[in-house]
Amino acid sequence: MDTFLLILINGCAMGSVYALMAMGLSTQYGVARILNISHGEFIVLAAFITFVVHTRTGIHPLICLLIACPLVFAISFLLHITLFKRVKKISPNMGVFEGNAILVSFGIYFIVQNMIQSSMGSAPHSFPFMMYPYTVGGVNIAASSVFVMVIAAIICVAYSVFLSQTRLGKSIRAAAQDPQAASLLGVKINRIMAICFGIGGLLAACAGVLITMREPFSSVSGIGYTTIAIIIVVLGGLGSVKGAILGGFIMGIAGYAISTFVDSVFMISAFYMIIMVLLVVRPKGLMGR
Amino acid sequence: MELVKKVFWETKAAKIQALAILAAFVFMMFIPSFSGAYPPLFLAWVMTYCTLSISWTFFSGKTGYISLATAAFYGLGMYLQAVIGREFPLGVTILLAALLAFGVGFGIGLITLRLRGIYFTIFTFGLALFLNRFFHWYEGVFTRTKGRFVKTFDNDMVFYAVLIVFIVTLVAILLMNKSRFGLSLTCIGQNEDSAQHIGVNTTLTKVLAFAISAAPAGAVGAAMISTVGYVDPDLAFRMLASFFPVLMAIFGGMFSTYGPIVGAVIFYVLQDYLLRTTNLYMVIFGTVMVVVVLVLPKGIFGLIDSMIAKKQRGYSGEVIGDV
Repeated sequence: MDTFLLILINGCAMGSVYALMAMGLSTQYGVARILNISHGEFIVLAAFITFVVHTRTGIHPLICLLIACPLVFAISFLLHITLFKRVKKISPNMGVFEGNAILVSFGIYFIVQNMIQSSMGSAPHSFPFMMYPYTVGGVNIAASSVFVMVIAAIICVAYSVFLSQTRLGKSIRAAAQDPQAASLLGVKINRIMAICFGIGGLLAACAGVLITMREPFSSVSGIGYTTIAIIIVVLGGLGSVKGAILGGFIMGIAGYAISTFVDSVFMISAFYMIIMVLLVVRPKGLMGR
Repeated sequence: MELVKKVFWETKAAKIQALAILAAFVFMMFIPSFSGAYPPLFLAWVMTYCTLSISWTFFSGKTGYISLATAAFYGLGMYLQAVIGREFPLGVTILLAALLAFGVGFGIGLITLRLRGIYFTIFTFGLALFLNRFFHWYEGVFTRTKGRFVKTFDNDMVFYAVLIVFIVTLVAILLMNKSRFGLSLTCIGQNEDSAQHIGVNTTLTKVLAFAISAAPAGAVGAAMISTVGYVDPDLAFRMLASFFPVLMAIFGGMFSTYGPIVGAVIFYVLQDYLLRTTNLYMVIFGTVMVVVVLVLPKGIFGLIDSMIAKKQRGYSGEVIGDV
């Protein structure tokens, strides 16, 4: 019973970060139609920003959200209006655009990953953060896990409210549903796509900041994050934000259970097997349209 | 037989092509006899990259389904060599590796290629990482080792093996391009619905083509790892190896058969040089990739093609396009 509770809580903490990663990717794919391979690199970038700022100045890592998020949002936004907009212009149709966009995002992945690696090395980095235990229902849980879970949940809720309540959020959902109809009704579709790509980066930055509080990371861990995010997005349904949140928590709990009972090395392999079954049984994902 | 005649005999260009391949093959056969020890190894690596990029282009360039599974097949070939290499001669291992890659490719194709769109790319993207972690776990739990030693072969022997794999792949692809099978693939890439309407079994064609394109990657993996002498999951299943063929094919131009070869040769020589001189080589490759997609969507070969066409006809002829 204790083990079960431990898996549930730690899994949720891990899952909440996964949910953030997947939400970002899902927003980028759902609206801007870019399967962003470099997603994980922006997570790592934000993590390193947090690491450097926190260890040099001693600022609370959470405050680093205010530094990392706008920065990564700006980078992503600029990437979209400079590169991806041009890719869209030279691609004859959406299918070709999706292919070309993946290739361009590889290029960005190469560049960002290598720049981080050559400036920070490839050793794992971490710093001590809320290292004391916190007792819930008879089991000890790292306080940092609970903290991360709460912050991630707040961000998830805030993003959902943003999508459903604000005017910008509504135009994003409209653009996701039907870009042509949305642009006929006065949604500036290129602007919305750029903003969505930026928001994807922003969510990646949130995930990156929160990861530093929980686990060690290195300049080469980005591709692993991207893979996990992609798997979750497929599980939840391509382009569905609710699906990404649900999928994030499912994979978080499943991942923690696998780490406990089998081996943490086996985690991504197990995720992959889940996806294989899913693609055979229900390819559109849990919440897919 | 008719097909062979059509591709290598009927027109003047076909004869030149056949002669050129034959001449290159014969010339390469004699290289180890007059060169030192290093050139065969260097050329073997170049041909490995060429094989990876032409086999990648055979499926992905034609159909537009971007495969990122190359590293997985390449690595499976390496591991097969490590496991059974001691019991069999090199040629048999290479054949078995090709068969293994074919089988795994077929299975993956059956799962993912029934679906259209992005699922295939997504699934193949993480395949190398999946196998990497799986082998880490397997070795950690069952064999309690990390990595294995591989039986080493003479560099010249590996050179001949890779040369044969490369030439066989190239000839097979040239033949298939003109066959009903290759034309159905091109048709799927241009318009999958139309392909279905004119009676192409799209799923079977895609799955089979993907499996065929996987086989050479397994074969060269099995051959090349015996020059290294050691294999572990991180070496065999590097995700970067999946991106290389894509980069080479785009760089050279993936709409022709020879574009990826040109791309692979330039890529390997450049990589060899940059690895020795700078540690920013991935930044350079990333930049090249972005620039090529944006500026040269048809690659170097496409650029040369359109320049020749411009000279001959006085305008920039659009060779490839939707029919």
